[in-house]
Amino acid sequence: MYTLDKSDVEKIAFLARLGIDEQDIPEYATNLTNILDMVEQLNSVDTDDVKPMAHPLDGVQRLRPDEVTETNDRENLMAHAPETEAGLFLVPRVVE
Amino acid sequence: MQWEVVIGLEIHVQLANKSKIFSGASTAYGAEPNTQACAVDMGLPGVLPVFNGGALRKSVMFGLAIDAQINERSVFDRKNYFYPDSPKAYQISQLYYPVVGKGSIDIDLENGSTKCIGVTRAHMEEDAGKSLHEDFHGQTGIDLNRAGTPLLEIVSEPDMRSAKEAVAYMRKIHSIVRYLGVSDGNMQEGSFRCDANVSLRPKGQEEFGTRTELKNINSFRFVEKAINVEIERQMDILESGGTITQETRLYDADKNETRSMRSKEEANDYRYFPDPDLLPIVISQEEIEQICTTLPELPDAKCKRFVTELGLSEKDARALTSDRDMADYFEQVQQSIDDARMAANWLLGEVSARLNKNALEIKDSPVNAEGLTGLLKRIKDNTISGKIAKDVFEAMWEEGGDADSIIESKGLKQITDTSAIEAIIDEVIVANPSQMEEFKAGKDKLIGFFVGQVMKASKGKANPGQVNQLLQKKLKS
Repeated sequence: MYTLDKSDVEKIAFLARLGIDEQDIPEYATNLTNILDMVEQLNSVDTDDVKPMAHPLDGVQRLRPDEVTETNDRENLMAHAPETEAGLFLVPRVVE
Repeated sequence: MQWEVVIGLEIHVQLANKSKIFSGASTAYGAEPNTQACAVDMGLPGVLPVFNGGALRKSVMFGLAIDAQINERSVFDRKNYFYPDSPKAYQISQLYYPVVGKGSIDIDLENGSTKCIGVTRAHMEEDAGKSLHEDFHGQTGIDLNRAGTPLLEIVSEPDMRSAKEAVAYMRKIHSIVRYLGVSDGNMQEGSFRCDANVSLRPKGQEEFGTRTELKNINSFRFVEKAINVEIERQMDILESGGTITQETRLYDADKNETRSMRSKEEANDYRYFPDPDLLPIVISQEEIEQICTTLPELPDAKCKRFVTELGLSEKDARALTSDRDMADYFEQVQQSIDDARMAANWLLGEVSARLNKNALEIKDSPVNAEGLTGLLKRIKDNTISGKIAKDVFEAMWEEGGDADSIIESKGLKQITDTSAIEAIIDEVIVANPSQMEEFKAGKDKLIGFFVGQVMKASKGKANPGQVNQLLQKKLKS
């Protein structure tokens, strides 16, 4: 069994870009560890003949024909963007 | 120490679908920013992806063309990362169950032999938008028109041993997707992009060395250069006892060097999981077989046919078939004039030379297949000589117009009238009495001199065969 520690929680929070309070970390660590424990139980089941499940619904994806159905709705779609210029969304500078 | 180079390529091919992979927005290139990005492409709350069957069809075509296993059931996964040109904060891709499994292609090496390169897999995914780093008051501009464009990522085995082999592989994949029409392969517009994994190992060692990944190389020339400078960089480090860091590197064409992109590296933990918004993609054996019947003749098969049926050399056939537009152009001309050799010589000679000089693709040639056919027909029916034809071709290229009107307006029609040629011959003989004496004294070689003078006097328009024949008769009489 694997117990998550503080650094694991911090890494998960960073990857998900979540700001968390230092004081909550122990609780997150316990809860996340409990989830892993629950999933761990699967290891005691023989799943050799079970096909991997990609989706809980036992269906297949419907295919859309390759046709253009959307028209330009830029003004409407960008109306709630905090900042725009020349038809572009503006975001904090991404340094390459 | 002797080092062995190991290269594997990941090629991203934009599929030539009209609409996006998960939405009905247009994929046309060059539109005003964000005018072809709908709510799905922008990742607005509450939207759901609806999969484009056309992307599946084109992916399967590619798989069949490289003799790959086609997976009747494939699954989309989410690849999680944060970057502003990916508004959902994940890319929909296929990690665990790609649509195309193991296949292979043969590449042509410089020494004329072929080498089989394995394709590990090919999977469908969505493209990201574009970040514009020009100065927007210190901010970055985001255009999501490209977001959601259908991509096929083709992953090779680490089977290549030099930059040249990597380029040959890339060219072959490019040729195949263009033949199939699954992509326009336009590298300037980013429809065909390549990442290269490069590592070195001591010759004879089984185990691979640590690799680096060169990102987003978008021309054949740069692939070769980028890989070669990276090989040199790694060799320098290894020779001096250092170790290679596994990382992503960017090729800078201006400085001809690669440099680290560590900024992206630290978050390289994509936490893939099956996308709950999409059900498994299923294609039946019957549908696969149906798609198989729609495959066009591919470059290797066409090359073989040009050799066996048209009698072309292997080298010429290769050169004519690597690009589909070139092959189509050739076949159109060849069928009209029924002379494969002449069509091949002109295409690989005059036409290719001018295309190269002007950095043009065959599809943009000022002289199209119809135009060249019109010209070559006039050589075949003796209206003009092959030499004059080159002048006519130049005029067609530079000024436009068809061969017949240029021949007419410039008065280039070949002189085949015996008495007209004889008149010129007489003039030449009169004008060169000393040469005539020498010839009569037994200097047979001078026949060449007379042929040249007659051709010159006729401004190249006299039929060379006739000139020769008539001269022989005259001089020896």
